[in-house]
Amino acid sequence: MKTIENKEGNETPDPLPSSNRPAIELKNITKRFGHVVANSHVNLKVRKGTIHGIVGENGAGKSTLMNILFGLYKPDTGMIFLNGQAVDVNSPEKSIALGIGMVHQHFMLVPTFTVLENAMLGNEGSMLLKSGEELVLDRLKVLSENYGLDVDFEAIISDTPVGMQQRVEILKALNRGAKILILDEPTGVLTPQETIRLFDILTSLREQGVTIVLITHKLKEIMSITDTVSVMRGGKVVANFSTEKTSPEELAENMVGRKVLLSINKPTLKVGNPVLKVKNVCHESKDGVNVLKDISFDLKEGEILGIAGVAGNGQSELLDILSGIETLQRGQITFNDKTILPYQDWNSKKARDFGVAHVPEDRHKRGLVLPFYNYENSILGYHRNKEYYSGFLMDKRKIFNFVDDLVENFDVRPRSSSISSGKLSGGNQQKLVLAREIECNPKILLVGQPTRGVDIGAIERIYEDLMKLKSKGTAILLVSVELDEIMSLSDRIIVMNQGSIVGETNSSDATELDLGKMMSGLEKV
Amino acid sequence: MSDSNIIPKWLSVGVIPLINLFLAFCVSGLFIFFIGENPFRAISVMIKGAFYYPGAIGYTLYYTTNFIFTGLAVALAFHARLFNIGGEGQAYVGGLGVGLVCLIFDQHFVGFLVTILAILGSVVFGAIWGIIPGYLQAKRGSHIVITTIMFNFIAAALMVYLLVNVIIEPGQMSPETRDFASGVGLAQIHILAKYVGLDMAMSPLNLSFIAALTVSVGFWFLVWRTKFGYEVRSLGHSETAAVYAGIKVSSTIIIVMAISGGLAGLVAINELLGVHNKLLLGFTAGYGFTGIAVALMGRNHPFGIFLASLLFGALYQGGTELDFEFSSITREMVLLIQGLIILFSGALAYMLNPLVERAYLKYYGNYSNA
Repeated sequence: MKTIENKEGNETPDPLPSSNRPAIELKNITKRFGHVVANSHVNLKVRKGTIHGIVGENGAGKSTLMNILFGLYKPDTGMIFLNGQAVDVNSPEKSIALGIGMVHQHFMLVPTFTVLENAMLGNEGSMLLKSGEELVLDRLKVLSENYGLDVDFEAIISDTPVGMQQRVEILKALNRGAKILILDEPTGVLTPQETIRLFDILTSLREQGVTIVLITHKLKEIMSITDTVSVMRGGKVVANFSTEKTSPEELAENMVGRKVLLSINKPTLKVGNPVLKVKNVCHESKDGVNVLKDISFDLKEGEILGIAGVAGNGQSELLDILSGIETLQRGQITFNDKTILPYQDWNSKKARDFGVAHVPEDRHKRGLVLPFYNYENSILGYHRNKEYYSGFLMDKRKIFNFVDDLVENFDVRPRSSSISSGKLSGGNQQKLVLAREIECNPKILLVGQPTRGVDIGAIERIYEDLMKLKSKGTAILLVSVELDEIMSLSDRIIVMNQGSIVGETNSSDATELDLGKMMSGLEKV
Repeated sequence: MSDSNIIPKWLSVGVIPLINLFLAFCVSGLFIFFIGENPFRAISVMIKGAFYYPGAIGYTLYYTTNFIFTGLAVALAFHARLFNIGGEGQAYVGGLGVGLVCLIFDQHFVGFLVTILAILGSVVFGAIWGIIPGYLQAKRGSHIVITTIMFNFIAAALMVYLLVNVIIEPGQMSPETRDFASGVGLAQIHILAKYVGLDMAMSPLNLSFIAALTVSVGFWFLVWRTKFGYEVRSLGHSETAAVYAGIKVSSTIIIVMAISGGLAGLVAINELLGVHNKLLLGFTAGYGFTGIAVALMGRNHPFGIFLASLLFGALYQGGTELDFEFSSITREMVLLIQGLIILFSGALAYMLNPLVERAYLKYYGNYSNA
């Protein structure tokens, strides 16, 4: 491996003057995890003072590449140049010293510290905290004004909204002297309004000469803010575009490697009787926070009801209660003719007996037992079914017959019953969970974030399957933070904010702007 | 601690444990060398002591039996991600079950029936000693590691009290009960062999060994082929997924600890019904603790546990021989060797994985370079 590195290093030196040299240049980066090649001979150039987008499906190697640039992983081969200088970024400390800052998908903040304490982490300014704080505060105030990074320095992080936490992350990076900023899926947790605000900040950072790399899977965002864009697929950069000269369709095609249909054929179907009635449901979390406040709605046969909202506004708790994971504390729920009252014996087994299937938001934590083989996971929750047994003992052959059909019909790849589910890609894991829950012919299907971390190819398939189920008359409750998804799949949309339903609309009348306003709690309808 | 998914199973399950074992023996050899003995002679004495001398295999398998029971006990709890350190106490209290049944019934019923009841007694008493920490974990959130350790102490104190003050055979000094009536107990294999005309050297190996093998097979079916085993493994890998699947977490924990305790309790049938024929102080001799290492080394699989138990059985027996043969190698030295093996194959079981992974990729993983 050493020899290859040296060979690369002996390439002809860059003849350009330093000002024209790219801020970031990655040459021939390869990174392997065991047999998995996460990055294969990747070359990437980003001009100084531009916003460069990297798009690709999950597992395309975007995050790995950026983690290499940030010094979290060491590449097997290849070199990194910053402003034309070959550098050896072997740790995050080193990369920070070189002026690289990274805002991770999941924020790296200390929840019990104040905004100021978090923002100064890693560059405290002085040995003594007090004098350091004053020093850093002055510096941060300047940064915050220059770039519109509006934060409340006194607030405790856990009390601040996610949008502000993200601004704190950016401040933190700038405070450490970042000239290159990497953002990994920054808009996943933001409302449309907060996204616009973030993009304003990024634009002003660009004007001041900061180079920004934006990793995302949202093509709309790429089109609206980047200058240039690279598409990654299967660990390789398959295309580079100047954003002006490309289109979302072209990007999507390059991401998947074939033409993609992004539209959905919604079957026109008359909705039937209500099968699920939720009445005045309230819920208090373990820390005593009222996470659900007086939730009431009906769900009808053959209807898809979308619940829109920024993550963490009570949607997860609602799903948990409806699916029997959480006890009902107040209010009542009626499934067809059976009513659940507060503190009744209510669990997932019972919910399944009532015909309620559940595709959970977190397939890793809930939907699958990752080390289990596919055949074991395909009966999770339905493992009491006598069909799978001969006497007391589980009958592998019977389960295999079932699973072989399942992976075939729902296109789970690889088509193997005895591969550990943890080794499947996110999309295929999700297809497996969905397949299991659809195959039991539910009357009601609860779906949480059906396409989170799922590649476009699989998304198409998942939407198709949901539509097929709808046309069979199953009532579907869809919770998602992706507005596009909610708008294109649902018949009716309700919006949740801080545990309450703040609005309801037919999907035909809904606009992204209105929903966004409701999601942020600005407007009641 | 997790198995690597880079290297194939034959390496991680077959080769790495052997290398670990080899390392442990190397370090042990160094110690033996430092105290002035020849390590190679020591090892040959050990191997002969465990397998070659008349009756040696019998002794080895007799120890093996104990380790199978305690190893399985720890392993079952492991499958539910519960760390049952209480095998020692559960085995000890299991002994109380055997003792009480025999002392109460052996004058009234035939030996065969009393033996069956005594076996049940060992399981039930062991199970009770597992259920209490299980209940505390499931319903009160007391950490099972802490409670099972504490229950070892409580068991030890309880047994001392009972054996010194209550069930001691009157008129003697040593804290033991009277002998169980003749006819009660599990037959030793060398005696059975005589009936079918085979001549075997005397050893304490008894029918408990057959019981241990049967239980091992049952263990496999329980864990990998029943609904209960499926639920236990789901719970062990992911509690959240288990809740999602409608599995009752707390009752599963309690049942697992009951079975685990019952398995550990079975040590008493080997020791008391098979060998001592009475209840005595300290008969568990650390088998419960060694069971943890056995389960670790055996990867919580009954076949692995059998092999690991055999190894530890051989060590116990061979170690005793070492103690006899060399004046400078004492009982403590033998314990040191056992400790090193536990260290290398238990605590450091995954130490070599990164090294082996790298070596494996270097020699087999190159095709992806092309």
